[in-house]
This record gives sequence, structure tokens and C-alpha cells, in this order.
Amino acid sequence: MSTEAEHDHGIKRWLFTTNHKDIGTLYLCLSMMNFLVAGVMALLIRSELFMPGHRLLAPDFFNSMTTLHGLIMVFGVVMPVFVGLANWQLPMMLGAPDMALPRLNNWSFWLLPFAFLILLSTLFMPGSAPNFGWTFYAPLSTTYGPPSTDFMIFAIHIMGMSSILGSINIIATILNMRAPGMTLMKMPLFPWTWLITAFLLLGIMPVLAGTVTMMLTDRHFGTSFFTAAGGGDPLLFQHLFWFFGHPEVYVLILPAFGVISEILPTFSRKKIFGYRFMIYATASIAILSYFVWVHHMFTTGVPLAASLFFMYMTMLIAVPTGIKVFNWTATIFKGSLTFETPMLFALAFLFMFTVGGFSGLMLAIVPADFQYQDTYFVVAHFHYVLVPGAIFSAIAAVYYWLPKWCGHMYNERLGKIHFWLTAISLNVTFFPMHFLGLAGMPRRIPDYALQFTDFNQLATMGAFVFGFSQLIFLYNIVRTVRGKGIKATDRVWEGSHGLEWTLPSPAPYHTFATPPHIE
Amino acid sequence: MTTDTGTERITKNRRLVLKLSLGVVMMYGVGYALVPFYNVLCKSLNINGKPIGQTALATGAIDESRTITIQFLATRNAYIPWEFRPKIRTIRLHPGENKQIAYFAQNNTDQAMIVQAIPSVTPGSAARYLKKTECFCFTQQRMKGGQAMDWPLLFHIDNDLPKNIHTITLAYTLFDVTKSAKKVADAKQGHL
Repeated sequence: MSTEAEHDHGIKRWLFTTNHKDIGTLYLCLSMMNFLVAGVMALLIRSELFMPGHRLLAPDFFNSMTTLHGLIMVFGVVMPVFVGLANWQLPMMLGAPDMALPRLNNWSFWLLPFAFLILLSTLFMPGSAPNFGWTFYAPLSTTYGPPSTDFMIFAIHIMGMSSILGSINIIATILNMRAPGMTLMKMPLFPWTWLITAFLLLGIMPVLAGTVTMMLTDRHFGTSFFTAAGGGDPLLFQHLFWFFGHPEVYVLILPAFGVISEILPTFSRKKIFGYRFMIYATASIAILSYFVWVHHMFTTGVPLAASLFFMYMTMLIAVPTGIKVFNWTATIFKGSLTFETPMLFALAFLFMFTVGGFSGLMLAIVPADFQYQDTYFVVAHFHYVLVPGAIFSAIAAVYYWLPKWCGHMYNERLGKIHFWLTAISLNVTFFPMHFLGLAGMPRRIPDYALQFTDFNQLATMGAFVFGFSQLIFLYNIVRTVRGKGIKATDRVWEGSHGLEWTLPSPAPYHTFATPPHIE
Repeated sequence: MTTDTGTERITKNRRLVLKLSLGVVMMYGVGYALVPFYNVLCKSLNINGKPIGQTALATGAIDESRTITIQFLATRNAYIPWEFRPKIRTIRLHPGENKQIAYFAQNNTDQAMIVQAIPSVTPGSAARYLKKTECFCFTQQRMKGGQAMDWPLLFHIDNDLPKNIHTITLAYTLFDVTKSAKKVADAKQGHL
């Protein structure tokens, strides 16, 4: 961070800032805080599941924990961390002085802390916090939802507004603010994946806003969108939710693809293999993601023809995703690899995200899905794509760009310890869940049959190691930001390419006031 | 690309923001449009077992070559303390033949309640051939505490019923709408 004295200081700097680097930092800090909060919730869930029987948490509180853990991890960790990275990196990678709409940028951030305060305040409300799972299916969330559900609805409205504004800003920055000579097809892949993600967000966040508004009017104003008694249909909720929800999972993972596409070439000392195909593949994934939502609903009695259509569409997504995995593999093939912490996380992403992709394919098969639906197999699947997918790439991105942001290298030894503890404990936590699911353990229950005990205990132990390992990460960031560690060079990494590495480290408060020239 | 001056860029940004905002508003509309779209789709593709609304009595020929078994079911949603059952469990009839049966309903509470019965037809593909001329499900039913009543159901099976369907199940779920009926009435009068 800059030490120049040309901006406000103290709390005013952060409240009124329109600087993309400050706002990026704010997003990253919020995301880290939420990561710890939702992580504690995960550990509470795992503690309850350490042994069969009702041990620690009341079942209702357990349900609130699974609900809030999911909502916060999705909306409060993965989405903000990538918006934070976009804020820091997009202007520096595109040669722009700032984001296109700096004031709007300030507002899109400052909506978020309030949204999460509202969401967390439900924990202290009479009745209970939202307790129907992060997918808040009607009628659980409408007819039977606790009073605090309305606060969740408003929190989601605010988060939606924030990410719509953020997306508009990102699109405007990428389309209008590039340095002269930087055509779209010369743009690095991280901005590319974000451009596509931002369009996805603009397409789905309004639908989610509409859906929660329908919930609200169903709950209080006598409409019957999801109430069968009034001529509505609870199943409609699932259609609307997953029309948002499936593209949403690509919102969570596409920017991660962008990060990995920056890191792998740097530490392989090669250019990314198949740059154009990476873009086409990302765009195809985004388009296909709008036509697969029913694969979350195979067991609701959808007609055979629809099941088949959505099954094949889902499997089709494996093709562009396969292209991406192939291209990443080809990028590291015969490269001169070094294994600094960002690279370790990127390589782990490559392996373990693919594991999550494969279990996704298994879930896409209609007859098999009837067995897997609502079991721990699903939990294993989406944790494999989100943790070593989205979270690992966010961690890799922080290690990768942190020296550029604050001018010092992070502690490599601590980074490596963090990596190995995280990667091993992650597999100890989530791999047994595949077996639990196949053996029939259902999701979202605080108690389970005796035969599931061993694997659950393994998962809980893994989860605790995973959770506490993240404190090493936090410590490493704090000490780097405070100036401990070797001074970073401008290029930071031997194999790095791109405009951000032509800037001094730490990056000055204002960069590219005069645009650079790209050949 | 930024070969343009500052003001040009601002106009460009404004124009883009306007377009994108329009897109957002449109997608919000699409979210709501999905509701009727979904219902139309279910009806026209004949899925989801949603029966069609009120139809006229059958006046055409009776197809005596076929006999269809109709099974009647009744479910009370959640905790309604009502009695609700078909007076006859199964009947057999020919396509094109009008038939009247009755459901028995009794409000076992001591307060007036408003209920709504929601039909569902299995198999879903038979839904459009089950034609009801009179049904207690067409409107909300209000009954005083302790009141009992036979609710009539007059229907026929269309002659076009696919040949492979021999049994149709008609299930009604009874919902308590006393509260939401009040909410709707309040909302219509402008009270929240």
C-alpha cells in the first residue's frame, strides 16, 4: 500500500475513497473476515457431526449454521474476493488510471458490510436465524420460514445491488478504459474471464432479486407465487432459484480460471497455451450455464425429455472445461517450473478442481443422480469445486500479487507450510464425504446412523486442521503488509508478464495517469 | 481503448452504463415473466399434472369400448383439523360419460375457516383429458366451525384420452387459506 500523503487518512480514507486500490483492499479484507466467520460456522457443523447423536448444537441452530455458512461463503467470501482482485488488478493490467466509475465503486463496496451485518443479526433474533439451507427453497422459506427470513431477503437484495453495480463498473472499465493499443484479443485472461463473469452477473442477479421479492410478497402481501393454496407452485421457486443458481456457480469459478491462467504461465516460464481457445471456452461455459439449471431438480418429477435435455447440456459443459484443463496442462508441459506458493496452489487447483469436475459429471447422469441427490456426495462435489477451485485460486492470487501491492515478499516458508497443511487437510475433510454420500448419508442433518461415524470423524479432524491453517495465511499477509520480508523487485517473479509488473513495487497510489503504449 | 479525451470517455461510460442498466431492468422483468411462462409451458406440454379449468358437460358420443378407472384421493396439508375424504374411492366410467361424485368435508374447529383444494392428476399426461364442469376446487370454500358438507364434483373423461391410459388418479390437497385470504382482502383495500 502506498505511503503517499495525497489522500485522507484514518477512517475517512477508507469511507470516502474512490481509489481502486483502496477499494480492492477493502473488498479483500471483508472477504477475509467473512471467511473466518463462515469458517467458524463450518467448524461448529463439523463438531456436531464428530459423533452421532445430538451433542453440541440444537438441531435448529445446526440448520441455521449450514444456511449461513453457505450464504456467507458464496456471497461474502468468494464473490467479494474476486471483485477485490478485479479492483486491484484490472486498472493495472489494462493500463488504466482507475476503474471507470470510481464513486459508484465506493458505493458498491460500502453496501456490503451492511448486508452482512443484517444477515448476521438474524442469529440474535427471536425464532431462529434462517434455517432452510442456503438454497432457501419455498415453502420452507415462505410459509414455514422464521421471522428473520425477511432480514435475509433484504440482505440478499443489498448484496445483489452491490454486485450489479460492481459488474457494471467492471464492464465499463474493461470496455472503455484499456490503454491505447490493447485490443480485446491482447487483453490478459484475468480481465477476460471477469468481463464474461460480469455479464453473467448482470443476467442473473436481477432474477435472484425478483425471486426473493416474490418470497417477500408471498410472506406478507398475500401473493401466491410459490403457495400451492393460492394457485402458485413451490416447484416454480426451484426453477427461478436455479436459473440464477447455476450461472452463479460459474460466477464463482470463472474469475478463478482467469487467475490460474495468469499464474501457471509465470511459473512455467511459458506463454499460456491456446489463448484464444481459453476465451472461447470461457464464453461457451457462460452461455451453456444458462441452459442446465434443471440438473439440480432431476428428482422433482421433471418429464423425461427435459431430464435428457438438461443432462446432455450439463455434460456438454465438460467439453469447454476440458479444453481449459487441457490448455493449462499444455502450458506447464515442458515448462521450466518452479514451485513458489502461488504455483503450488495453482497446481493443486488443476488436480483437485478436476476431481470436483468429475464428480459433477457423475451427478449430471440422471439415473445416478437419483441416488446421489441430497447426499454427502453432493456436498463433497461442490466443496471440491469451490475450495480447491475458487478459494485456492483466490489464495494463489493473493500470494502472487501481494508483493506488487505492498512491496515486500511474503514469507515463502510459511507459505509452503500453509499450502501443504491446507491441501492435505482439505482432502482429509472432503474426500471421505464422497464415500459417505455413496453409502447414503443425507445432507443437512445434525445426526446420522452409526456406520457413518469413522468417515465423519476423519472429516471433522481434517476440517479443524484446514480451518486453523488459514491463520498461517492471515499471519503471513499481515507481516508482509507491515513490511517484514524481502523487498520485492518490480517484476517480482522471474517469468511474469503484463503491465502490472512494469509498475514499481509497491504500486504507487495512482498508476498509469498517462496510459502506457502497447505494441 | 483510450485514444479519446476525458470528456469523450465520460460520455462513452455514461452510454454504456445506461445500456447495462437497461439490461438489468430487463432481466428483472424476465425473472417475473418466467412465472407465467412456466405455467404456459406446463399447460401446453402437459406436464406437472395441473388440470385445466372449468369446461362444459360432455355431449358427444360415449366411447363404450373403453372403461377407465378413476381413483380419488384426499390429503390435508399441514395441520388443518378438518375431515376431508372422497365419498367413493374408485369409480369406473367410459370416456365421454358425465359423472358426479362428492367429497365430504367437515370443519372440526369451532371457528370459521376458508380453505382451498388443489387438484393434481397422475399420470400428468392425463391431466388435460380430465374435464371438470363443477368442482369445489374452483373457488375457496368457507365453512363455519363444526359445519359439515358434501362438496360436488362433476366431470368427464375426454374421448381423446390416449389408449395406453387405463387408470387416472385425482388427488386433492386441502390448504388452510384463512390468513392469506384475509391478507389478500387487506392488500386489495390498501392496508399492509
